[in-house]
Amino acid sequence: MIPSSFEYFAPTTVAEAVSLLQKYGDDAKILAGGHSLLPAMKLRLSNFGALIDINKIHELRGIHVDGNISIGAMTTYHAIESSDALKATCAILPEAVSLVGDIQVRNRGTLGGSLAHADPAADPPAVMLALDAHVHVTGPGGNRTIAIGDFFTDMLTTSLQPGEIITSITLNPLGAGEGAAYSKFPHPASRYAIVGAAAYVKLEGGKVSACRIGITGAGPKAERQASAEAALIGTDGSAEAIAKAAEHAGENMDVLSDIHAGEDYRRAMIKVYTRRALTAAVERAR
Amino acid sequence: MTAITVTVNGKQHHSEVEPRTLLVHYLREHLNLTGTHIGCDTSQCGACVVHVNGESVKSCTMLAVQADGANVTTIEGLAHNGQLHPVQEGFWEKHGLQCGYCTTGFIMAAADLLQKNPHPTDDEIRHGMEGNLCRCTGYENIVRAIRYASEKMAAK
Ligand SMILES: Cc1cc2nc3c(=O)[nH]c(=O)nc-3n(C[C@H](O)[C@H](O)[C@H](O)COP(=O)(O)OP(=O)(O)OC[C@H]3O[C@@H](n4cnc5c(N)ncnc54)[C@H](O)[C@@H]3O)c2cc1C
Ligand code: FES
Repeated sequence: MIPSSFEYFAPTTVAEAVSLLQKYGDDAKILAGGHSLLPAMKLRLSNFGALIDINKIHELRGIHVDGNISIGAMTTYHAIESSDALKATCAILPEAVSLVGDIQVRNRGTLGGSLAHADPAADPPAVMLALDAHVHVTGPGGNRTIAIGDFFTDMLTTSLQPGEIITSITLNPLGAGEGAAYSKFPHPASRYAIVGAAAYVKLEGGKVSACRIGITGAGPKAERQASAEAALIGTDGSAEAIAKAAEHAGENMDVLSDIHAGEDYRRAMIKVYTRRALTAAVERAR
Repeated sequence: MTAITVTVNGKQHHSEVEPRTLLVHYLREHLNLTGTHIGCDTSQCGACVVHVNGESVKSCTMLAVQADGANVTTIEGLAHNGQLHPVQEGFWEKHGLQCGYCTTGFIMAAADLLQKNPHPTDDEIRHGMEGNLCRCTGYENIVRAIRYASEKMAAK
């Protein structure tokens, strides 16, 4: 299959890319790793007049850890999963990303591309929610920062405005008393998440003082789980407390039903995978 | 049309391509390197795996214009001076194929796996080959072929 024709641009700076996006408006599309976009273009589900390849913008690549963690939007999954700095400060991320697709997908696919695409079955969005990430973007109006909680708005839809490019993602490194883990039920062929749960827990004086849970795969978009989080906070994080809290996962959430899994099954799996992620996160926090 | 310069199996090519040309089509139809196969339209089967600047990629999910300035290795460039690459030899010795359609992609992916992890466990081999699908012989002999190559490379 062959995509329909387009004009190809490979800018080397963010400013150049933003001005191309402005010039071509709705007819322009950014190309990052291409592992969601090119398959859609080959099937002619996406057609554009101008393709703006941001792979040559070197400032968008790289991982910096000093006080906080900053990951360039064009950093590949493979760079993330092999980063010793991330393994030491935020192990959940390299672990979760190593479960994405296969190594060829991870050699090309990027963190920024995953977030911008907002596939309901993608792994990184759940992890970003659990880690309370910030998404930094540049557009015609300059730079702005979007809290991850305000980023995913619907299936394949984000709060990015026309002409905006994600430039980097920032996170706080995990310190003493903090732990995070991702647990995924992959589709057996594609490896996309049928249900994925990311959990972050903070322990202070033997009690859970903070908790964030992100669920992906199950609904139209990745979502936090407020009632399960509230149920765990204040407890001792025991197996019993985790099991009780996990029972609340999926509450107030739209859940999908498709050929891979029905709604009831997904709801059951949301609880199971939340419990597993919380258990691993608490273990790491201790 | 866009002008590109790509080094494929050590040889530099100056070509004019439409931007929508996929790397796999460029290799097969412009350079007549038909050892790289197309098995799906969904980026899932791995029949099209080649190395771009030393890393394995699915050449059906990359544009030829994106390979401008790059070094590409295909199955045709893996053997050196008539000497099969240990992974090629492994597939021969351990009968890691039946129809052979997926084989070139498997060999390219396995060569990248062993370059990143020279002594993989069987589990690591299976995990590392997730991007390649074989629809006839199953994976047992493929794993044996890759293990053979890993042992052969260690013995050198
Ligand atoms: C076989 C296969 C298996 C896969 N399995 C998984 C899996 O298990 N888990 C998983 O999470 N994902 C999976 N994926 C998807 C993969 O993670 C994609 O790489 C990812 O969804 C998109 O990232 P990309 O860099 O490839 O973006 P592209 O495909 O290049 O772009 C995706 C979209 O985001 C936009 N975009 C990209 N970068 C930016 C930016 N910096 N600013 C603004 N907009 C931008 C593009 O315009 C486009 O609309 C799989 C893909 C394949 C082909
Ligand atoms: S042809 Fe490229 S993955 Fe199937």
